Amino acid sequence: MALREGALRLNLLLNSRTFYKFNSSVGVRSLSEHVSSTPVTSSAPEIASDHLIYTQEHFALKESLRKIIDQEINPHVEQWEAEGIFPAHKVFKILGSAGFLGVNKPVEYGGLGLDYSYSVAVAEELGHIRCGGIPMAIGVQTDMTTPALARFGSAVLKQEFLLPSIMGDQVACLGVSEVGAGSDVSSIMTKAVRKGDEYVINGGKMWTTNGTQADWICLLANTSDGPPHRNKSLICVPMNLPGVQIARKIEKLGMWSSDTAEVFFDDVHVPCKNIIGQEGMGFTYQMLQFQEERLWAVANILTMMENVIQETIQYTKQRKIFKRPVLHNQSVHFRLAELQTEVELLRALLHSATALYIKGNDVTKLASMAKLKGGRLAREVGDSCLQFWGGMGFTSDVLVSRFYRDSRLMSIGGGADEVMLGIICKYMGTLPKN
Amino acid sequence: MSGRVLVGVKRVIDYAVKIRVKPDNSCVVTDGVKHSMNPFCEIAVEEAVKMKEKKLIKEVVVVSCGPQQAMETIRTALAMGADRGIHVEVTGKDYENLGPLQVSKIMAALAKKEDVLFVILGKQAIDDDCNQTGQMTAALLDWPQGTFASELSMEGDKIKVVREIDGGLETVKINTPAVITADLRLNTPRYATLPNIMKAKKKKIANVKPADLGVDITSRLEVLRVDEPPQREAGVKVETVDDLVARLKEAGRI
Repeated sequence: MALREGALRLNLLLNSRTFYKFNSSVGVRSLSEHVSSTPVTSSAPEIASDHLIYTQEHFALKESLRKIIDQEINPHVEQWEAEGIFPAHKVFKILGSAGFLGVNKPVEYGGLGLDYSYSVAVAEELGHIRCGGIPMAIGVQTDMTTPALARFGSAVLKQEFLLPSIMGDQVACLGVSEVGAGSDVSSIMTKAVRKGDEYVINGGKMWTTNGTQADWICLLANTSDGPPHRNKSLICVPMNLPGVQIARKIEKLGMWSSDTAEVFFDDVHVPCKNIIGQEGMGFTYQMLQFQEERLWAVANILTMMENVIQETIQYTKQRKIFKRPVLHNQSVHFRLAELQTEVELLRALLHSATALYIKGNDVTKLASMAKLKGGRLAREVGDSCLQFWGGMGFTSDVLVSRFYRDSRLMSIGGGADEVMLGIICKYMGTLPKN
Repeated sequence: MSGRVLVGVKRVIDYAVKIRVKPDNSCVVTDGVKHSMNPFCEIAVEEAVKMKEKKLIKEVVVVSCGPQQAMETIRTALAMGADRGIHVEVTGKDYENLGPLQVSKIMAALAKKEDVLFVILGKQAIDDDCNQTGQMTAALLDWPQGTFASELSMEGDKIKVVREIDGGLETVKINTPAVITADLRLNTPRYATLPNIMKAKKKKIANVKPADLGVDITSRLEVLRVDEPPQREAGVKVETVDDLVARLKEAGRI
């Protein structure tokens, strides 16, 4: 069995184990080996034929992506979290070369033309990355900046921006939110005024994930005066154009490895051909992809929640208080059972919404419900598990404290809880008409 | 010969899983436990695919012996670039008792049937650590063997193998057809890319039974008991060599 340890690429083994070191005043505590983050009960392939949305190929995809995560991403997460940035070009190139950035994008531009269930499989697997920042950055690239371009962009535009983004040669970011407009997208102030065959852009964007590293930004701007839902357009803007200014990298509570920028546009000239689809349709295009964005976020956080619950079980199993494992207290194992139950419920909602969606149904209500629940459940999982980890959980050495910080964003970004509630009420017919 | 290469792959418990022994000490727990392709088998597949890409060989055929789940392992190899697969179906008690000798008989039969240029296997499996299948296969076929390969090259109709041995590296040149086993530093296996995973769906996996190949897989071995390794106990420090010798004598070790 000695070869079992030595045989593999050693760095992989060493980095998949974290050792808990305790400073203790009560006797000697045993060093505990971190058990593999794969839950013991991952027998997915045995039930591949029975799965609601996944086939053998989905599981093969997850396995291959997992290898990339284990070998190329997770070993560096601690460092990247500390540095406040991860090398997006390097990581995206690895993922792009393996085909994971264009799963449901057109084949002509390097994508795989697969249905959305494959994107959900990718999102779920990315949840094995030991932080929230990097999956978020990848999700922005694959499911926030490129869907409208893939669906409505001209061939020339797709060649220039979509193809390199799918191949992982270029990093994209999304310019929608502004300092004065977040949930109320229709009040954005950035303007793109037509002058000849160019747009001149003035304004600023906020909360731009990948902003400090991006090659281009998918920008939502006002291109005319008129009703706020019909006067906006999406424009592909290269980030190296004169007048584009990355004002600052924002320091945040969590998602540290993801660089978030505030960007200003000062008389930026961009050719008119860079507009995606029709002028005035920008708002509609963005709205069309919300279902996919929200389901993606849920898929991602599901895996993270499960991993945190599993790690909490492992930790509390070996951590003793009053001469017995913490896990043996009913308040602990019963609470973890409650949380796992809710994770399964959310997973069921995600998968059934996905199944309906790939058949062509509108799943706005279900996607909004899933996102709402995802954000709230993540806060409960983080809070309860952190409590069970005790003092150790409060340190920066463990996953649970990072999850606690990173996952708090889910109820805010990508559509705040309140927006989700408004959508659900609209479908329930309970929203007052003013 | 055909320019065809046979690659043997084994489905084993994933290297990162903590192994547990069943309470009745009959075997290790495999139900619900994550399995994957043996790492040395991955290296063997990668080498064969690389040689095909360099046009040194024409076809990569991958084979695995086991129950239905062995098909996943074959599919992973197909997604890495192998051309087609052979699933030798062995289930239940037969599978529990399947060891290097029986697998070698199967590999030998297939190697002859497929008229291969060479057979390449991982040097050993990380579950039983036997390091026997390659050698036994070569013996059954009376073919030359190049084991623990850290470098492979074709020289005409011979294969040059650089072997990792205790004393360093040994280079041998062997005739084809031959049997090679892959060691850790032979290559770094590629990730199965998503396009290749989708292409693998269309590749064929033939299903055969050992009896079809004229192989008798009854085992001559019986596992009596499986135990976990003893708990590691604390060590003792001594001051001088004399102390050390005295302690060892006390413990009955010398």
